[in-house]
This record gives sequence, C-alpha cells and structure tokens, in this order.
Amino acid sequence: MRNAFADEITRLGAADPRVVLLSGDIGNKLFDKFKQNHVGRFFNCGVAEANMMGVAAGMALSGLRPVIYTITPFTTTRCFEQIRVDACYHEAPVIIVGTGAGLAYAELGPTHHSCEDLAILRVLPNITVLAPADEMELRLCLRAALGLPGPVYMRIGKKGEPVVHKKDLALEIGRSITVQSGSDVCLVSTGTMLPVVLSAARALAGKGVTARVESFHTVKPLDRHTLADVFSRYAVVAVVEEHSRLGGLGGSIAEWLAAQASMQGRLISFGTADEFMHEIGSQDYARRRSGLTAENIAGQVLVALGKAAS
Amino acid sequence: MKIDELQSVARKIRARTISNSHLTQTPHLGSCLSCVDILVAVYFHGLRIDPRNPTDPDRDRFILSKGHGAAALFQVLALRGFYPESMLDSYGQDGSVFAEHPPAPSHLPGIEAATGSLGHGLPMGLGMALAARIRKKNYQVVALLSDGECNEGSVWEAAMMAAAQRVDNLLVIVDFNKWQATGRSEDILGANSLPDKWRAFGWETHEMDGNDIGQCIEALSRIPSRSGKPVAVIGHTVKGKGVSFMEDDNNWHYRIPTAEEVDAACKELGVVA
Repeated sequence: MRNAFADEITRLGAADPRVVLLSGDIGNKLFDKFKQNHVGRFFNCGVAEANMMGVAAGMALSGLRPVIYTITPFTTTRCFEQIRVDACYHEAPVIIVGTGAGLAYAELGPTHHSCEDLAILRVLPNITVLAPADEMELRLCLRAALGLPGPVYMRIGKKGEPVVHKKDLALEIGRSITVQSGSDVCLVSTGTMLPVVLSAARALAGKGVTARVESFHTVKPLDRHTLADVFSRYAVVAVVEEHSRLGGLGGSIAEWLAAQASMQGRLISFGTADEFMHEIGSQDYARRRSGLTAENIAGQVLVALGKAAS
Repeated sequence: MKIDELQSVARKIRARTISNSHLTQTPHLGSCLSCVDILVAVYFHGLRIDPRNPTDPDRDRFILSKGHGAAALFQVLALRGFYPESMLDSYGQDGSVFAEHPPAPSHLPGIEAATGSLGHGLPMGLGMALAARIRKKNYQVVALLSDGECNEGSVWEAAMMAAAQRVDNLLVIVDFNKWQATGRSEDILGANSLPDKWRAFGWETHEMDGNDIGQCIEALSRIPSRSGKPVAVIGHTVKGKGVSFMEDDNNWHYRIPTAEEVDAACKELGVVA
C-alpha cells in the first residue's frame, strides 16, 4: 500500500501545485519520484512529529495541501495534541497518513503497533477518518481527501497487501462499498481486514450461509444509511477491524446502535484485545492471536446465528 | 507613528488590559503587560497588514504563541481596527468569542493561530513561512514566545527545522520576563541560557530591551534576514511592566486587580481606562 500511496501522491502532486509532502524521516527512496518531480515540495521533517504536524497546519492555513506520512503511532498518539489543536480546531486541510497501521508492524513490538488510532481520532471535531482496504481504495480515498475542506486521517498498511477491488471502483467518502451481497449475515470490514473477511465469507458459504460484505473505508463520518439498512435486514452484523475492540469502528457502530429505537440485528465485533501484545511474531501470527482469522470469524458468526455450538 | 505616539498607544493598551482584567475577573495580567510594547510595535509599525482585509494572502503574519497574553492582543486588534472596540464589551460574558486565549482564526479577524497550549505557535508559523517560499510570496512571519514556553520540546523541534531549511522570513521574539507561572524561569528549566540555545540551534540571535518600542521596531526590521537564517530576538522584559506595584511580582500571573488598584494603575500610566 505504501508504494501505491507514493505513486498516487506523486500523480496528485503533478495535478495540484498546492500538494506538499512531509515525512518524519521514513520512506527512504519511497518518495524519490515525488522529490524529483516536485522540487521544493518534499520536506523530511526529521524525527520531530509534533513540529511536523504544526508545520503542516501552518502550510494548510496558507493555501497549501500538506500530506504527512510516517509510521502510525508517531503520526497519531505522538502528536495527538497537535492534531487536535493545529489541524482540527483550525479546520486546516491537512492529510495525515499513518503507515503500517494496526498490526502491520507486529514484529517491531507494541511501540509500533497501532490499535487505538481510530478510537482517539474519530472523537476529534472536524476530522474525517479513513481506512482503505487495498491499493484501489487508498488511491480513491487520497484523491477524495484532497477535495475535502478540513483535516483527514488515513490509516494504511505497509506493503504486499492483496488488491481486492477491480479497476473501475467508485468510492465516495462516508459511503461504504458493498463488496458482495448475501442474505444470512452482514460482515462489516474496515481497512486491510477485507481479504480476511472475504475469506470468512467463503468459509461461511461452504456451510450454506451467504454473507454480505461491506468495506467501511470511512470510519468517520459513519455511514448511518448503510448501517440502518443492514441492521434492519440481518440477524447478525459482524464488524472486523485490526484495531482494539474498544472505541474503533465497532465501538462507533455500538454507539449508533444503542441510540436506535429498535433494530433487528445483533452486533458482534472482532478486533484486538485490551492489552499490549508481548508475544512477538508476524502480522499473521498477531492476527491469529487476536482472533482476526477467517476461521474464527466464520466460526463465531455461525455461533451467533445459532448454527454451531459455542 | 512616531515613538512617542506608539508609547502613548502602549500606555492605553496597558490601562485597558488592567481594567478588563478587573471587569472580567480574568488573570495573566503580568504576562500581558510584559509584551505590550512588542505587540504595539508589531501592529502599529512593523507588520504589513490591512485590518480591512485581514485574510490578504500577501499579509505579514503574527502569532501570539504565548496565548495567555491574549487579553492584551484583543485590545491591540480592536484599537488597530480589526473589529469594533465595542465588541470587547462581550469579553467575559457567556457566549463571547473572547476566551482567555486567542480563538481559531475563522472566529476573530486578525488572529492567525489559536494558541494557549504552549509550543504550538512556532511550528505553525514555520509552516506559514515555508508556504511563502513554496507559493513565491514575500510575506514575513513573527511568532512571540514566552520564556516559560521555551520549556516545550516542540519549540526546539521547530527551531531545528527552521534553521535546517534556512528560513529567512521567520522571526521569533522571546518575551523573556524571567518568570513563568510558578517561579523564576531560570530556576525551573534554566532560561538564562536562552540566547545561547537559539544561537546553538542555528538562528541569527540578538538581545534587546523588549519594553523599548524603538528596539522592538528594530527587531522587526531584521527579517527577511541578511544571514539567510531564521532570526531570534530575546527581549528582556519586566513582568507586569508599566505599573510599579505589579512589576516583577509574579503574583500578578494569576491575581486580579481590585477597583482601587485599577485606578492607581491608570493614574500611574496617565490614562483614563
């Protein structure tokens, strides 16, 4: 995904001279083409993320469209107050990109995991929160984000994520994408969990259960329209995110659901536990440990549907 | 404006700020009074600004990074014509736009950045200064920091980047009044070495009497810098400047003056508030 980001931002930089790219001393060589094509519009801000966020806000208030890129915890938790005050309070159109979100950097240890970014950013006024599923969604999210008048946070993976969508994808911020239809259960995916969720849907199909799959590339604003539809249509709605089960998309949907008069659907959520992960391994290992596998998702859905014993 | 006229404006701003503190029961008077001469030099002499066109893309930018000096800034902006002076009648009232710190720019003309949480104004000012380079504009950016504010790490992150980028249109003035909220800034985190610190961080660094309007004007003329470096001017100031019983007394960081004290202060300043 980061290669797609670098490629897309280079293209967007050509189309719009206001686009400026700021990096927190990562992405060595990744942005060579941007630097080469857009001289004077790339800034390696060093390992100083609080300043980077303030600089971006100052640029945005002066008519530029800055895009910030670094590893997720450092562009979110590290400089949260700068996001809150400099970007959100000022309604400054800064695009904040967190690379390697969720458990993408599982092997680097908990300092580099990011399972709380959606929770802390979505409560900030004026911000749009995005979590594209693949390279296609990422490119469209980035293009759409540049058209928004305020700050945007976008969490992305790192590299090698499978491409799910076809080339003619259409994407609108705030409207989820129906990836496949089904009549027995709805699986709501956000970010790079989509291939796992589709695999869970295939496993369910093998058990005679057809699943509708929604890709929530937008976490905020919440797509209430789609939620109202799926919670009135399905007995079970399962939310899957590579993020804490507290406060992320599942938490946001739970807040919405609790305020509805009556809804047929039951919400079950899949995400990481409320703990730091001390056992180190690959992203796949970390996902397995968190129950973020097709087998576990399919199994839990069958239990919720009363088609399997818990 | 001549120096004596600017000094007269500064006395008026001091009297109004003191009176406002009493009327609205709002603190930070000592911090406001120490930077009045700098604010007057900036708004009545140094900056290329047009109060009738406060969002002109070519305007110079001033950021009160020490946002707790807002009560003085609000008086300066009103007197300079950014909004009617009568608007200040709402200060301290429910629903007023005037907080104890500057609001976001879209809410009050003349404000470039909402500050109050310290250490934010310089990074934002650096972004504005770099934007001038990218957009090929020749405006200048001035950020006013306090010595206490220089405790914040983000100040030094910005200082490093501004020097590395050789930003020549950025001026930091430090209102070095030797105090922060609860004690001497030297005792708390070693503020006396501020000139050496800014110099070591690669800035063209000067010192001045920050309560001398003529020297403040000279400081503002140092950008764009001939050295190609960003410029820091450490302004030695007196907290509570202008009123004998407030000067260098840190109780006035939070204390609110009584009606009698307002009268005594205005008498000393020779101004009817």
